[in-house]
Amino acid sequence: MTVLRRLRGDRGFLAGSVVALLMVLVAVVAPLLAAAAGQDYTNYHDNLLDSARGGVPLGRFGGMSADHWLGVEPGTGRDLFARVVYGARVSLGVAVGATMLQVLFGVLVGTAAGLGGRWADAALTRVVDLVLAVPSLVLAISLLAIVPPDWPRPLLLAAVIAVLGWGGTARITRGETLSLRTRDYVAAARLSGAGWFRIARREIAPGLAAPVLTYAALLLPTNMIAEAGLSFLGVGVRPPTPSWGQMLSTATTWFRADPMYVAVPGGLLFLTLLAFVLVANGLRRALDPRQSEVLR
Amino acid sequence: MIGYLVRRVGGAVLVLFGLSLLLYGLFYLAPSDPAILTCGKGCTPERLAEVRHALGVDDPVATQYAHFVRGLVAGRDYPAGPATRHCPAPCLGYSFETDQPVTRLLLDRLPVSASLALGAEVLALTAGIGAGVLSGLRRYRWLDRIVNGLVLAGYAVPVFLVGLLLLLLFCVQLQWLPFPSYVPLTTDPLAWARNLLLPWVALAVIQTAAYARLTRAGIQETLAEDHIRTARAYGLPERRIIWRRALRGALLPLVTLTAIDLAAIMTSAVLTETMFGLPGVGQLLVGAVNQIDLPVVVGVTLLAGLLIVAANTVADLLYRAVDPRVELR
Repeated sequence: MTVLRRLRGDRGFLAGSVVALLMVLVAVVAPLLAAAAGQDYTNYHDNLLDSARGGVPLGRFGGMSADHWLGVEPGTGRDLFARVVYGARVSLGVAVGATMLQVLFGVLVGTAAGLGGRWADAALTRVVDLVLAVPSLVLAISLLAIVPPDWPRPLLLAAVIAVLGWGGTARITRGETLSLRTRDYVAAARLSGAGWFRIARREIAPGLAAPVLTYAALLLPTNMIAEAGLSFLGVGVRPPTPSWGQMLSTATTWFRADPMYVAVPGGLLFLTLLAFVLVANGLRRALDPRQSEVLR
Repeated sequence: MIGYLVRRVGGAVLVLFGLSLLLYGLFYLAPSDPAILTCGKGCTPERLAEVRHALGVDDPVATQYAHFVRGLVAGRDYPAGPATRHCPAPCLGYSFETDQPVTRLLLDRLPVSASLALGAEVLALTAGIGAGVLSGLRRYRWLDRIVNGLVLAGYAVPVFLVGLLLLLLFCVQLQWLPFPSYVPLTTDPLAWARNLLLPWVALAVIQTAAYARLTRAGIQETLAEDHIRTARAYGLPERRIIWRRALRGALLPLVTLTAIDLAAIMTSAVLTETMFGLPGVGQLLVGAVNQIDLPVVVGVTLLAGLLIVAANTVADLLYRAVDPRVELR
């Protein structure tokens, strides 16, 4: 397998995937980790805050101690370790969910446009152009604000990010499908009487795997940034559910007095994003060696 | 050409109507009632009904939307106590929250967002093309590496994180710059630039990397072409070959990209504006969203849509102008 060999030789990819897997693990076992630290993410610890300085954690490095491994949150004294490991759940969960939905919509619409007749293609391409031309951040904010606050927030975030961001996948899938359908083996399948659905599933889908995978790998960190941004703006997950973006938003009022409160969630967010970008970059180089350049 | 423009504008109008219809529909479906918010505490049912009527939310959604469209095209009159007040076209209504015309609110905030986007784009173009040319000529390997690293990091750093780090470094640790607060260009150009410097850098980082990569690829591609070889064979000075020929070929794609990016930056400046507390259109949106101020939300979304559609059209026309082989469809 040349692909595996290429991936094995790519140090960036290896480092990225180790960190990325670690983060996924952290997100999955977040409750266990918080329990191991003996903390949870909702308990206030007023006694650890310096009330004379407006609620900044007592002690050095944001109140790091044997009990509170990463210190506590300024203003509330909630355990920062518990909050960031639960934050990983939101960040990764929303991003993975959104990416899966985007790939699903994108591949369905893209294959339909690529295999359909002229009219279907023209109509679907219009829709895709429209999705690509919409001011997605602005619309996401408006949508999330309008929806009632008691709907399940993480699901909603994933859905909104996905609905506004499947255009790229659809465009790529359509292009690949248009090129794949002219291949001889597709013509052979058609001549032997295979229906469109069978052709899409058996002949086209395998050829789509590599380009869609590389594109989806890049969508994941993009979606993570989107979740963090929306939570930063206050339309993401609702408190007390923690999210890295939301913590950074609170940090804008605390960063002068307590820089650790920027460093912990910010550092984790950056590290996780970088890991996934390195994975995406590695996959792209391994699966499409003609484009040895870094990401598009 | 004229046919193209007509089709393009027609399509754009359709998109914008679709957007506003979507927002109205969703807003109507949502159970939150702006009248209760506006009416405030101790609201009697009679007063609530009055507020509903004044806001125009007591009509069925279709009627409300029809009024909205008529206001946009021809202007409309609003009941204000016993008298009426006229809102000239293009009327986006009055803010539920502040009772000011949305058009005015948008126009007041637009210079801030435009300053932010324009400055960031200029910065990104200058730095990006500079780095791209140097790294394209393969003069400095370390520059190549930095550009590569930045392109990767650009995907991994959210703009608000860059913003926070910049603030922490330059305003808190080094104290070289004041905390940004918007000063209009017409009041004091120097203060305007000083205050916007950090937001510009925060917004420009990712764009810079993208431009650098594009320029580098363009330069390397053009330098490999036959006409460059011919020019070299004629003994033209290398400097002239690079500036006159290679750069021109490399920068063509950037022309159209700039138009699109400018609109994209402006609509995505929401985060930067919130981060740095700049009173732009994005901050207006974030404020309006928390108050369910529908006219403002619709207004900002439509403005953003308009900007993007306009930028795409301009980009197409520019593309056609710089490359006569392209046909407009």
